Amino acid sequence: MTPFPDRAQVVVIGAGIVGNSVVHHLARLGWRDILLVDKGPLPDPGGSTGHASNFVFPVDHSREITQLTADSSRQYAELGTLTTCGGIEVARTPERVQELHRRMSSAHAWGIDAELITPAEVAEKVPFLDPTVVLRGFWTPSVAVVDPLRAGELMRERATAAGALTVSAMTEVLAVDTDDGRVTRVRTDRGDVDTEYVVVACGVWSPRIAALAGATIPLTPAVHQMIDVGPIAELAATGREIAFPIVRDMDPLMYERQSGADLEIGSYAHRPILCEPDDIPSLAAAALSPTQLPFTPDDFDPQMEAALELFHPVLDRPDAGIRHAINGLLSLTPDGHPLLGETPEVRGLWSAAAVWIKEGPGVGRLIAEWMTEGAPEIDAAASDIARFAPHERTRHHVRARACEGFNKTYGITHPREQWSSDRGVRRSPFHEREVALGAEFFEVAGWERPQWYASNAPLVAELGVPDRPHEWDARWWSPIIDAEHLAMRRSAAMIDLSAFSQFDVRGPGALAYVQHLTVAQMDRPVGRVIYTPVLAPDGGFRSDLTVVRLGDRHFRVVTGGSDGARDLAWFTRHLPRDGSVTLTDVTSAVCTLGLWGPRARDVLAAITDEDVSDAAFPFATARTITIGSIPVLALRLSYVGELGWELHAPTECGLRLWDAVAEAGAPHGLVPAGIGVYGTTARMEKGYRLVGHELDAEHGPVEAGLALPGLKSQDFVGKAAYTKAREGEPEATLCTLTLDPGDPAGHPRFPQGGEPVLTPDGARITDRRGRPSFVTSAGAGPSLGTYLLMAYLPPWHAVEGTGLLVEYLGERYPVTVARAGRTPLFDPDDTRMR
Amino acid sequence: MVLVVVERDGDGTLTEDSAEVLAAARDLAESLGVPVGAVAVGEPGELPDDLVKRGVGRLHLLAHELLTDGSPACLGEALAGLVADLRPAAVLAPSTDRSTEAMAWAAAELGMPLATACTEIRPGDDGPWEVTRERAGGVLLEDAALTAPIRLCTLRPGSPSPSETAAADEMTVHVVVPELRASVPRARLVERRERAAGMTLTTAPVVVAGGRGVGSSEGYAVLEELAGLVGGAVGCSRVATNNGWRPHADQVGLTGTRISPDLYVACGISGATQHWVGCMNARSILAVNTDPEAPMVTRATWAVIGDVHEVLPAVVDEIRRRSGR
Amino acid sequence: MDVLVCVKRVPAVGAEILLTADGTAIDTRHLGFTIGPHEECAVEEAVRIAERTGGSAGVLTVGPPETEEQLRYALSMGADHAVRVDTPETDPDPEATAAAVTGALGELPPYDLVLFGEASADAGHAQVGFRVACALRRPVVGGVKGIDLDGDRVLLRRESPEGVEVHEAPLPAVAAVLEGLNLPRYPTIKGRLRAKKAPIRVLDGPGATGGLRTLRLRHRPEARARTVVLGHGAAAAPAVVDVLAELGIVP
Repeated sequence: MTPFPDRAQVVVIGAGIVGNSVVHHLARLGWRDILLVDKGPLPDPGGSTGHASNFVFPVDHSREITQLTADSSRQYAELGTLTTCGGIEVARTPERVQELHRRMSSAHAWGIDAELITPAEVAEKVPFLDPTVVLRGFWTPSVAVVDPLRAGELMRERATAAGALTVSAMTEVLAVDTDDGRVTRVRTDRGDVDTEYVVVACGVWSPRIAALAGATIPLTPAVHQMIDVGPIAELAATGREIAFPIVRDMDPLMYERQSGADLEIGSYAHRPILCEPDDIPSLAAAALSPTQLPFTPDDFDPQMEAALELFHPVLDRPDAGIRHAINGLLSLTPDGHPLLGETPEVRGLWSAAAVWIKEGPGVGRLIAEWMTEGAPEIDAAASDIARFAPHERTRHHVRARACEGFNKTYGITHPREQWSSDRGVRRSPFHEREVALGAEFFEVAGWERPQWYASNAPLVAELGVPDRPHEWDARWWSPIIDAEHLAMRRSAAMIDLSAFSQFDVRGPGALAYVQHLTVAQMDRPVGRVIYTPVLAPDGGFRSDLTVVRLGDRHFRVVTGGSDGARDLAWFTRHLPRDGSVTLTDVTSAVCTLGLWGPRARDVLAAITDEDVSDAAFPFATARTITIGSIPVLALRLSYVGELGWELHAPTECGLRLWDAVAEAGAPHGLVPAGIGVYGTTARMEKGYRLVGHELDAEHGPVEAGLALPGLKSQDFVGKAAYTKAREGEPEATLCTLTLDPGDPAGHPRFPQGGEPVLTPDGARITDRRGRPSFVTSAGAGPSLGTYLLMAYLPPWHAVEGTGLLVEYLGERYPVTVARAGRTPLFDPDDTRMR
Repeated sequence: MVLVVVERDGDGTLTEDSAEVLAAARDLAESLGVPVGAVAVGEPGELPDDLVKRGVGRLHLLAHELLTDGSPACLGEALAGLVADLRPAAVLAPSTDRSTEAMAWAAAELGMPLATACTEIRPGDDGPWEVTRERAGGVLLEDAALTAPIRLCTLRPGSPSPSETAAADEMTVHVVVPELRASVPRARLVERRERAAGMTLTTAPVVVAGGRGVGSSEGYAVLEELAGLVGGAVGCSRVATNNGWRPHADQVGLTGTRISPDLYVACGISGATQHWVGCMNARSILAVNTDPEAPMVTRATWAVIGDVHEVLPAVVDEIRRRSGR
Repeated sequence: MDVLVCVKRVPAVGAEILLTADGTAIDTRHLGFTIGPHEECAVEEAVRIAERTGGSAGVLTVGPPETEEQLRYALSMGADHAVRVDTPETDPDPEATAAAVTGALGELPPYDLVLFGEASADAGHAQVGFRVACALRRPVVGGVKGIDLDGDRVLLRRESPEGVEVHEAPLPAVAAVLEGLNLPRYPTIKGRLRAKKAPIRVLDGPGATGGLRTLRLRHRPEARARTVVLGHGAAAAPAVVDVLAELGIVP
């Protein structure tokens, strides 16, 4: 046994593929005195790494996941632990054929070689399946099988050889001590070790370990059933672990792969079977391993029938027996994404959990970079463990969404698809009025937000809004959105924005603190509304938000609902330790109603005694006004390109505010409008950028067209990189494109976002840094009478008037670069906002 | 009386198991204040003289030609008849296949319970007796209440060591010719032969098995050689069959064969659970592995840390050197 | 020829067996269930005999409804019909089990051969087959590792201290078999799907209880000692051979 250290620079808990990858990359980046502990033995401590099916399909609709997978594949290959075998996703239904076309678009967008093949071609590659049940195949030659246990061993060896790593297997973590919210010590049954950094890479056990430190890792162990059927002579004859392509039989939500002489069949179709982290048996008490629970055959029977349909040539044989069958455990999260990064609750406690084998080494690198440099190379926003609102970290929510999400693993998920479980958790005070108006609610961070209102349906005919003929384009959409948009531009609209996250910053250090986190100059007069990017240390976008100076030592930060939790974590982490600044989350205390449109001033003037003329209440200012008996903080700004205000009121007064505005607006033609207008149509006509779409860690303000005219003298996070970017030419420019008239598909089609932008001859476009051009946002521009797309383009394509192509569901649509940069297509001089 | 079913070897001497049962029976009889009797199969004349020394005052010799081929029905029927006549407080038998089978038949015939594989018997004053017996192959012990007018038990070897035995003054022998009705259903012994010489995974006392660490099909030569020297068979892990190094028949594990040899030599096998379940019943395990923390190493009786292809040739050489072969 | 195999639902345990808080049973919260290896061989043998002779292979268990999972497993291996004798207890004592089986055999059509595993994998009483044979007045052989049919007789091979014995029994007969009798097949997918839909005949149990009642279970006091590392690399060879000599494996 190796001696157990009493001090470590970092303790990594969990020696599965993730933990091994983390120690390897930390060592590579110069960390020393790394301690890796696991409760189980090596090389297979008994977690999910030991029983996973170990295949890697590189194409995912998510760019982040695709990047992690690509990086992982490179690492597995470099370690000699990757066997390329190719893979085919087969479609049995027309819906799935369409999805395979969508897969092709993603493959083109991310630059992965793939093609759609016929049933005969499928059978050529996998001669023992029945091609008559197949309509199409999505063939990816680079699909591979990896050996994560071996890869983990090699990674440990490298870190050990570098003199950086101590490994302690059979070591149980008993406690993680903290002091003032920071990690100080890990206590184990082999001794205690002082450390400031802990990485929890414990897979299905992660919630237990995080809880020792007082943090949450919101995942649940869940069953994924797998069986091995064999021996099958054709497979045995290859003499190899895998010689045939892996088949994903997408419609019944299953896969089949060769495993030596056996065909391994796995399923994501059975009922969700969740388990509690505390209920996982010990290695000794488990019949197979802690994460290989007893097989429950009743749950798998439909999959057997489906497998038999496709593979009866080899499965319907008397000697092909079910030789191994398990209920394997894997980790499910509320949104299906990994849980990466420093936990928002405890400084120094990092999560590297809910990671698939295909992402393991990439996650190891990402976490190590993040811990070392403050930001990873790959944008991890969608995987950031800080992304959850408090209710999303609860056991109830995690289990509800995990249950709902499990069968989506191989499902066809529409980009706008909404969750149906655990809804209605956060409701604005306007909710009952919205329900009465027939609101269609979409969810963000638990908030129910009207996407459009059925009450506005008559406007569709009145304003002549066309419908979308194709079901996929029209799914989770309504022409009412465009009608509300036009009604707003015609008169006025009121929009529920209560999902905004809002923080109050107060104290003697408040100004210096907000200066440090923002690009814009914050030392402005009281009452100014300041839009600003917030950057990561490497100059990439962290978020963009609005700061209102409410007093000399008092600022209000207003940011989007979807990223509010991450922003709160970011602001919290940067608080000075001297107590000179207090940060208060006032999200729940404040409700927000947007009032915009050419008649907005008339409406507001009717319900307040204050002078709301442009002279008295100019753009980009804030004032407290009174509406009836309600004190309202009114911000004169707009994300929709119209004159108007955000009206912020105490939550409990919200209903009165709503009624006052609605009543005063009625004579002016005011309509309620949903987020479909606010987040898509109106903002895209104005060329406004959206976090998570246009604004990500891989792009900075210069490329996004959001660089400010001046550079403030004060230091701020990301300033060096931002300054450098301002001095050079951007490698990419965010452009607004319009879909050309004419319908190649025979009827109008509407790309949804994520599609590749191609040259007129169909070639993929990347900039000099290798970043691909793809559609970051897509939506109608009803006032422009066209369909809008946004995309980053390299300088040689970012030229207005350039014709390009967008690939959508198997077709290529001509598009034109209508705007390079931030100048809006609609009302380019912003006259309507004044 | 405590009646003991004793077995004898081919040459007529008392088996070790029977001697242990006799010792236990004496302790029990003493606590009950009753004598010890014995029952054996045999002809008058071939008397086991060591019974007297072990405190047996009375021997019931079951003499019948149908009792020679070990039929549980005939022996069970004869025992049941004798027990019904004698009404002993308890009947104890060694936990061998033959005695257990006969006791089971006798118990059924008598309509009484039988506690098999006991390690301890604790008589109750008035209520039921308490026995401790082995379960789950001996991993667990069970304390059970035995409620019967006559307590029928078989005893595992290795039960509490016998106390000093006072010899009986003398032993009277009762030859009993049981009335074995023609209706006793019986199987007839038609052939008895020496055990076949062939070695299989399940019967081999030593299994030398190789896994990933063996590296290739050719790599098994040294395992074959060692197995040959120690009179064992060669096995393998799933990795080896998957790689085509060995046939499936050699696979030890969940999806292969489950074995329980005296010694399991695990060469280059990490000990994934799928393999472990196949060999965990081995009496002892010697692991050869480069990884000192591999589960097979931590669970083994003995371990050598090192590469299979360095360790095994050296072991083979050492065996040859010592035996002068 | 018609063969019936009697099987028992037993927990499939890991290296360490956990007990319930009251100590009367194995804690099966994390465990699956199986029929023991002996019984798997018995089912395999019955299926083979049925296939060979054009007869039937039935499977019977005694217990509550959840024990049907094991019947279905046997059906998926190729048994063609299944019977459950309904009793509330999952682990009835051998007298009660034998009474239930005997009673069922009185109600079911006659079988030429009734097979048992030598002993259940959990309780290991090793007596039910003999009790049933006694009650039915049938010949019985235990420890069987080979079965050959010869007209209306069956040849049963077993190992005894004296060597290998072959017993000949007239049919109908009973045998208790050992693992190694054959290599049991794995269920096929078709077999599993057929088994899922197969009807299971349920008979009422006799409600009898026996005279042996479990009071508590406990672990054997001694545990396997820590691994003794004999050495590193080739240098360990003499120590290894010392161990082999100690075990009597080499002279």
